[in-house]
Parts: sequence; C-alpha cells; structure tokens
Amino acid sequence: MAEIRVQNLRKAFGDFVAVQDSSFVVEDGEFFVMLGPSGCGKTTTLRMIAGLELPTGGQILLGGEDVTMRRARERDIAFVFQLFALYPHMNVRKNIGFPLLAQGMPSAEIRERVEETAKLLRIDHLLNKSVSGLAGGDRQRVALGRAIVRRPKCFLMDEPLGTLDTEFRDLMVHELRELHNRIRATTVYVTHDQMEAMSMADKIAVMNHGVIEQFGSPREIYDRPATMFVADFIGSPPMNFLGFGGGLAKGAKEVVVQGAKVAVPEVREDIAPADMALGIRPEHIRFDDASKLRGAIYGTEYLGTTQIVAVETADGIIKARVPAEIRLAAGDHVGLTLNSARLSLFDKGSGRAVRTAIHDTASQGRAQHG
Amino acid sequence: MSLTTAHSVVAPSANSKRIAGTIIVLYALISIVPLLWIFATSFKTPPDSIAYPPKVVFQPSIEGYCNLFTTRTRQTPEYINSLGPATGFCDETSRKRNMVIAGPSNFLPRFINSLIIAFGSTFCAVFLGTLSAYGFSRFKVPLADDLLFFILSTRFMPPIAVAIPIYLMYRELGLSDTALGMILLYTAVNVSLAVWLLKGFIDEIPREYEEAAMIDGYTRLQAFWRTVLPQATTGIAATAIFCLIFAWNEYAFAALLTSGTAQTAPPFIPTIIGEGGQDWPAVAAGTTIFLVPILVFTILLRKQLLRGITFGAVRK
Repeated sequence: MAEIRVQNLRKAFGDFVAVQDSSFVVEDGEFFVMLGPSGCGKTTTLRMIAGLELPTGGQILLGGEDVTMRRARERDIAFVFQLFALYPHMNVRKNIGFPLLAQGMPSAEIRERVEETAKLLRIDHLLNKSVSGLAGGDRQRVALGRAIVRRPKCFLMDEPLGTLDTEFRDLMVHELRELHNRIRATTVYVTHDQMEAMSMADKIAVMNHGVIEQFGSPREIYDRPATMFVADFIGSPPMNFLGFGGGLAKGAKEVVVQGAKVAVPEVREDIAPADMALGIRPEHIRFDDASKLRGAIYGTEYLGTTQIVAVETADGIIKARVPAEIRLAAGDHVGLTLNSARLSLFDKGSGRAVRTAIHDTASQGRAQHG
Repeated sequence: MSLTTAHSVVAPSANSKRIAGTIIVLYALISIVPLLWIFATSFKTPPDSIAYPPKVVFQPSIEGYCNLFTTRTRQTPEYINSLGPATGFCDETSRKRNMVIAGPSNFLPRFINSLIIAFGSTFCAVFLGTLSAYGFSRFKVPLADDLLFFILSTRFMPPIAVAIPIYLMYRELGLSDTALGMILLYTAVNVSLAVWLLKGFIDEIPREYEEAAMIDGYTRLQAFWRTVLPQATTGIAATAIFCLIFAWNEYAFAALLTSGTAQTAPPFIPTIIGEGGQDWPAVAAGTTIFLVPILVFTILLRKQLLRGITFGAVRK
C-alpha cells in the first residue's frame, strides 16, 4: 500500500483543458473519492494516475516514486472499470487469476491466491462459472477480486457501481467500505453520486470544470463548502442561496437579507462591496411567524420522517426540511428563521466562501483554484 | 366482429410466416437447382451429358472423375487388345472408348495451387487486416479518415481494369505465374475489405478490456492477443470467409497472370477437353470438387458467420 501524491496535474486535449493544476494527497490506506458532475475531469485524473493517459503537466508520485510517465503495467496499481471489463471468454477463476498470470506466478500459487480472494469476497462458489451469466453484484465482486488478488499499491475505481440496480448499489456501497476497512488499501474512487461519496469516503475532492473546488472530509465538505458550486452540488436538496448586496467588514456578525437582519457567524475577513450570497442548508431553516424573512408556501414534498417545503420568497424559491408532522398548505404565509451557527457566506462573483467563525473550529476545507 | 384473435404486435402472424417460408424455399430451390445439375452431370457419361432432351434419370458413372484426373490417348483396338487386363474402372471405361490412360492430368496440381493461393492470401489479408483495423480503432492515426477512404477506394475499380498494368508489372518483377504473385495480389485486393469489416468489429469491443489487461501487467501486444483477439473471433471468421470466397472464385486475374505452374483451378477447369469438344462430365466433376473446400470452410464457420452478419444489430 502506498500514498498517492498528485502535484499540479494538468491535462489538455487540444484546446480543451480537462484537468487544471490539480494537487492532492491521498494518504496510505485512505478511501479517497473524486466527486463531480460528468465531464468535470475526475475520470481523466484517475486515468492519469493509472497510466492510461499521460498528463500534459505535473507529477504523480506513488509511494514516493515518480511514476508520471511510466506505463500502466509498471505502476503496480489495480483498476476497477465502470463496466467491470470482465473477459467474457474466461470463467470467474481465470478472470481473477489473470493479473497473476502476467507476473508469471506458478499455477498452484495462483490457484491458492484466487481461492483466498474469492473467499474474502464470498464468491468462492462461483469460481468455475462463466462471467456472462453472473448477476450485477457478483460481476462487481469478480472485478474487485481481480483488483485485490494482486495486492497492488492502490486501487483505482471508476464509477464501479454506476451500472448496478439501486438495491445492489446500496449493498455494494456497504460491502466496499467493509472491504476497505478490512484490507486498508489506498483507494481512489470516482463517482458523480454524492450519496456514494459521502457514505464511503475518508476524503472527498469535489471537481468541476477540471478544477478541484474542495478537498476535505465529507463532514467538512457538507458543513463548510468552500465554493457555491460545492454547496450546490452536495446535499439533496442542495444549499439555498439568498442574495444580498454590500461588503463585509472583519468582525461583522449580521447581514441584511430581503430587509431582514440575519445573524451570521463572525466574519474573519474584509470583503469589498459586491454581490454576495448567504447559504443555508434546508435542515437549518425553521418556520417562525415572528421572523421578518417571509415567504409563501409553494409546495411540499412528503418524505415520511421529514418533508421538503418550497417557500417562495422575494429572492426565489427556498427549500426547507422540516418535521413531517407540521401541517402546511400551499399559499400559507410563513416566516423563516435560519440557524445562524450553520450559515455560509459566499462572494457571488468568484463563488468563493467568505472566511467566518465556522472555519475556526476544525481544519478548514481548502479551496484550490487553478 | 370478435376480438379473440388478438395477436402480438411484434411477432409476425402465422400467415406472414407461411408466406416468408414459401419464398425462402422457392429461393433455395432456384439457387440449388444449378448446383444439383452440375453434381448430376459429373456422374453422367459424355453422351448422356449432351443428350437431348436432357436426361434427368441416367445410369451413374464416374467416368467424368476418371477423365478429370487423367489424360488419355487414342489407340487402335489391336493395340488395346494386346495390353494386359484393365487395372481398374477408369482403365476399363477408357479402353471401351478406344483410349488408353497416358498419365495424371493437371487438375490435382491446379487444385492444390488454388488451395495454397486462396488460403495463403486469406491468411495474409486477415492477419494484416486485423492489425491495421486494431490500429485504426484504438490509436489516433493522422489522417485516419483519409487513409481508410484510400484503403476502401482500392475496391472501387473492377479488378480487370488494372489487370494489364499488373500483368506488365508482374512480368518485370518475375511474379508472373508464381503462387507468391497471386497471394500478394489477392491479399492486396482483400485487405481493404478485411480492414473495414474488422474495424467495425474491433470498435465494438470496449477498450476497457485491454486497459484492464495493461494495468494488470501485460504489454499492449499481450493484451491484444489475450483480450481483443478472443473477442474478435466472430469478426475474423466472417472476414476470412469473405476473403476466401473471393480468392477461391477469382477468375480474371488468374486467367491472365497464370498459365502453368501457378495456375489455379478456375481457369483450368474450362480448358478440360474431351473427345469432340468440351468434356462436360469432367468439367462438372472438377466444379463439384472445387466447391467442396469452400463449403466445408463455410459450414465449419457458419455459426461465426451468422453472428458476424447480425453483429451490431442488437446492442449487448
């Protein structure tokens, strides 16, 4: 197992820049997820780490060794593809043993290692089956088996659950994380599904347009989004944004939004007058008739334990997550109270989060711009 | 009006199946009758073969096959009587017609030439075609589209249009009437077909397979050999059949460029002359034998061929 260090990695296809000066470190044994919408450069980054694409610039170090320009087969990594890439002309046993065959391992040893791996993944009863008849989850396990069997420096996975049915997907998310806890292999996992990312990752990098917008733990990314993109991409429904104008002074503790004063975490930097946005997660909004921030109920979405209420305000629709018991009807006028301790402030122009007291508590999520 | 005869909207109705079946049977008959006639003729005696009205029922004889494989000379009855007893059926029949077997005919060497040239050129075309199709499919080839069009354009002209220049060229190069020359020529003609057919097949094989193999420690060539090739067998088989059929049946170039040592069966068969003109039973016998290899090859690969023809029609 090894640490993966990516420094100023860059990839351009002609004029199109797929990845812009990305830097991050995946520590030994960490489960690292690259999250972002399709076309954001996450798969390209993964393929560069794997050696399937050569970077235009920057460096990749695996366990301290510079592998930037090395061939894929010389990097000692394992890759799980979205479509699994199981060889249809080989059975399960041969598929799993295929990487060992490349190393010229004696067949008795291959047999032993394959069986051991299959047991770990609970697919030992399928070893002599053809891969074409396998169910989605089992295909996934065989693909994982082929990755694990070699005991590589790290695992790279490109949306490995993307093609599975929802029921299998939840099961595999759980299984993958459990497997990781057992073998502690450095893993880089690419997905566009925030639920997968949040439930599995030790660290997440959120990417957009080839740029890593934020790198941090799931909690950091959810609670302290570094940019408006991250705030909008993570969470379902996403963070609400309420626009306001004017600058901010260091030490400010409130802002005026739609004529209502809203307490905010203490601002830690001076911001010149500009278009700003206040970001609030739906679960941090409560209904309070005394509040000056008001709106009319537009619609509700009943989810069982909670409900999502869309409220039409002067600045567009705001979504609040409130207990399901509250009875509401469309057209009702309500006041909104925001949980001041959990607010984020953004500069609308750059999308960057303003430094406030919420960034004091833990190690901050770092925003990196190219 | 009752609605009890509800039928599936996608499956063909019983009636249309019956009509389709009838059309197929008729078409098969039309295609098979000439072949059956040739097959029957090969077992007729020369007089029966040119009898009028044509004989459908006749006494079968293998005289046609005897005549195909031998050359005979006419002798006086006295000479024939002075010979010892006939050594076999062929000997006997030819003596009845006042002939004596003089030696083997050229059919067998010509047939072997056909085998060598057709299978040799098919192998070369498929081998080169697979490699270049893989290259076009997987790598960024500069001017790939133009190159592919150029390759295809070599098929635009009827072969006979370039026959004279090739004849002159081959004479200069000493390739005239050599098996190597014919293999090169048929390979050149077939390779365009092979590249285009195989590129389609290889495009359909996801590159993840090779990428997975290359990450797992294989070189690109090993990855190609172990993951792409096994999955391309269908395409390779289909391509090989098309190439083989062309090379096997080709007449124009063979007639022009080969005359002796490298002559293939197609230009040889029509030259079989018997007593008083064309020896039809011998020609039919040659044609029947000539059909066998391609028939066997096609039957052996028919599964791949069928899958190859319908390939890509249904997405996996």
